[in-house]
Amino acid sequence: MKMSSDNPGVHALLLAAIAFVAALFLVIGNLVTKSPISQRQYEDLVRSLQIVIPEHLHDNDPTQEFVYLKGWQGRPVKIYRARRKGRITAVAFERYISGYSKIHLVMALDVSGKVLGVRVLDHEETPGLGDRIEIEKSDWITKFDGRSLDNTSTQDWGVKKDGGVFDQFTGATITPRAVVKAVHEGLVFFRQNKVRILTSPATGNRDEYERRAGS
Amino acid sequence: MSESETPGYGRIIADGLWTRNVVLAQLLALCPLMAVTGSATNGLGMGMATTFVLVASGFSVSLWRGLITPEIRIPVFVLIIASQVTLVEMAMNAWLHELYKGLGLFIPLIVTNCAILGRAEAFASRQKVLPSMVDGLFMGIGFTTVLVIIGAIREIFGSGTLFANASLLLGKHFSFLETVVFEDYKGFLLFVLPPGGFFVLGFLVAFKNIIDGALENRARAQEAAPAGHPSAKEAH
Repeated sequence: MKMSSDNPGVHALLLAAIAFVAALFLVIGNLVTKSPISQRQYEDLVRSLQIVIPEHLHDNDPTQEFVYLKGWQGRPVKIYRARRKGRITAVAFERYISGYSKIHLVMALDVSGKVLGVRVLDHEETPGLGDRIEIEKSDWITKFDGRSLDNTSTQDWGVKKDGGVFDQFTGATITPRAVVKAVHEGLVFFRQNKVRILTSPATGNRDEYERRAGS
Repeated sequence: MSESETPGYGRIIADGLWTRNVVLAQLLALCPLMAVTGSATNGLGMGMATTFVLVASGFSVSLWRGLITPEIRIPVFVLIIASQVTLVEMAMNAWLHELYKGLGLFIPLIVTNCAILGRAEAFASRQKVLPSMVDGLFMGIGFTTVLVIIGAIREIFGSGTLFANASLLLGKHFSFLETVVFEDYKGFLLFVLPPGGFFVLGFLVAFKNIIDGALENRARAQEAAPAGHPSAKEAH
């Protein structure tokens, strides 16, 4: 205890200085890793989009044709559009939802509003309990394939515990419940905004969306 | 911080693996233990990530020990550990993305692992850098071993498999580890849920105490024997 002092101000200053150094390290770390991380996340997204939108449905590159529309809580949603011979055949969009942690998923629908596929891109749910939403650990996420608002009623869009048709996991209900809700909301969003989603001219970037939304 | 006498490396290693094992002797880190030991693979993942952070925090806490006053040591340790874990997480996500997808889930859980704070307080803040890192390494290995054992027992009885999904964590070369122990096993929910973890932990702690007790008895018997010998001679 070489530097021990009776003056509490000294400790406060020392603590503040150490906190400052720690914050500095974190800022540098964030700056350095920011662009490689978003690059990795983009690669994950592209890989998932290739899986959820089947090859025979498109001859364009859906990751290059997208439109920003106003979505949940007024935030912009990026919607990817797959075309075949010029006609839109499928759309896909990402969602960030809350389970225990933030879950980032992507879902694809065909133009009739039927789910083509859902994939979880990123999450921090409890390993061994909530992580069965990942395709690598369980086929649970594929149970959405082919579901739509027409063939599955609103009451059925829930986990079995809540009277729905989707399995919950042993020891984890909150995670699958959140995913089921998100997929359902996605379908409702598509139905309500179908015309805008299918006919809005492709936007190049988010700035353009914000300019248009603002005007 | 006050320097105390550095134990030898043999002592440090024995403490980490057995005598002061994080789980079996100190009963620390039970929260991540119960959460992730549903399978051996998850136990291994959590153990590896924790070991890395234990070594790293041993290094930095020990390095800064001259500067930290006892009054503010706890917030400073928490700060060092939390920012280090965050840096590790960001770096892994950026440059070791495949590994991150396997281990990434465990990393945020490490911040709350009191075993790391415990080692910072009990060891690294009083010892030189190298012994602190060795202590972190072997405390981590001891922790990992127990996680894998509990995970394996719970996985075998709970799900009928062993090291399921190991190739996701360790890469394709390790897919040979993935075993189905019981075909068509229906599962035993108790072992999958945390109460099963407590049962297995309880048995393991009891097992360690039995062994320690037996060792102690033998040591006492050996001590008593030479002492009894000369007196027996005198009687003759």
